[in-house]
Amino acid sequence: MNLLQDLTFSSFMWFLSGAVVLLAVVLGFVTYAIYFERKVIGWIQLRKGPNRVGPLGLFQTVADVLKLLLKEDTIPRNADRFLFILAPVIAFVPAFVVLATIPYTSLLQFADLNVGLLYYFALSSISTIGILLGGWASNNKYSLLGGMRSAAQMISYEVPLVMSVVGVVLLSGSLSLNTIVEGQAGGFWQWNILPQFVGFIIFIIAAVSELNRTPFDLPEAESELVAGYHVEYSGFRFAFFMLAEYVYVYAIAALTTVLFLGGWHSPLPFLDFIPAIVWFILKFLSIVFFLFWIRATLPRIRVDHLMSLGWKVLLPLALVNIFVTTIVIELIKYFK
Amino acid sequence: METYINNYVIVAIFIALGIFLPVAALTFGRLLRPNNPIEEKYTTYESGNEPVGTGQIRFNIRYYLFALMFVIFDVETVFLYPWAVAYNKLGLFALVEMLIFVSLLVVGLAYAWKKKVLQWNSI
Repeated sequence: MNLLQDLTFSSFMWFLSGAVVLLAVVLGFVTYAIYFERKVIGWIQLRKGPNRVGPLGLFQTVADVLKLLLKEDTIPRNADRFLFILAPVIAFVPAFVVLATIPYTSLLQFADLNVGLLYYFALSSISTIGILLGGWASNNKYSLLGGMRSAAQMISYEVPLVMSVVGVVLLSGSLSLNTIVEGQAGGFWQWNILPQFVGFIIFIIAAVSELNRTPFDLPEAESELVAGYHVEYSGFRFAFFMLAEYVYVYAIAALTTVLFLGGWHSPLPFLDFIPAIVWFILKFLSIVFFLFWIRATLPRIRVDHLMSLGWKVLLPLALVNIFVTTIVIELIKYFK
Repeated sequence: METYINNYVIVAIFIALGIFLPVAALTFGRLLRPNNPIEEKYTTYESGNEPVGTGQIRFNIRYYLFALMFVIFDVETVFLYPWAVAYNKLGLFALVEMLIFVSLLVVGLAYAWKKKVLQWNSI
């Protein structure tokens, strides 16, 4: 892009307006992802889902957001006021900032960082601090336990998450997300999901856990911890924790598409006439649907099972995956 | 070089926008939401009872052990990333080196496993 050649006021304004448009798109996505999630879960459980507000219930989430906006803002007397206010912001900001490096098509990408993947993981782990702070600053026993549990879960699954994509990095030899997608051109048999199937499975499991979603939503286990780290949060401060979670759904679905499903490339070469962005959106939406589907299907797992799964199964498996990938690369090189 | 810097200008814009949204939403919300402070509203929630003792209770030592394990393995990934990027230029020697490094850490994991650090037995 020519815009990237030099930094002038007009190019700066282009970047700014692009970022504002993306923010609007993400907020729109979150609004309808929540609606869609409730609908899908409703259908799976043989209910109708939201259908009262607006046609087909389409304005349900809008109404919910307005309700949250009109709620009184209470900060408990015993809470650490400064950290209590800061925590939702810390949880939300990285969720949005990681989106800067996601490539939608070969031309439509905000920041083509050469350390894109590392940037994603480095920033997304900051959200853990926001959750931990929220739990601590509330000065509430449920919040504290929920926050600690959440932090333990997120750091436990971050290790396999980060390691599961090392195989992808080995195959493409780059951390730039754009380069990783370019390496998957030419049909679905080139996509990383096939040579890196184990990595893909580990990535999906660890990603769902990082998102704190069912079946790994122990931090918010209503039956034992009321609501986890955000017991004391109400109104819009609570909304920002929820927003952060759904922005991460967007980010993880986009990242899975980019890393394993060939990004904007079509599955079969003769389908290339369909615009690249359509392929990206289709793959992205199927990942989002998959996340909602498992939420409706699987029960919450127990906390001790959760920790053992992360450290005793996923971590060794991720390490083995890295070395098997490397050895196969060496063998292919040797026999060529 | 300019392109390189401009990419980080975009990141800075994203950070600024990410901070702006919550600040703007909460400031705007102040105009809309009611403010009706009653003393009881500001007590800490504890299932409807009066809160007992302090809220920041002592928590399980296991959390600390997991944090320690996390630091070790996260540092390992810091080494794995540059290795994976440069692997095609390094070749077989780097593979053996990395195998030795990772197996040292795996011994640590096995030790923690045997010492039942990875076993979660209470909250």
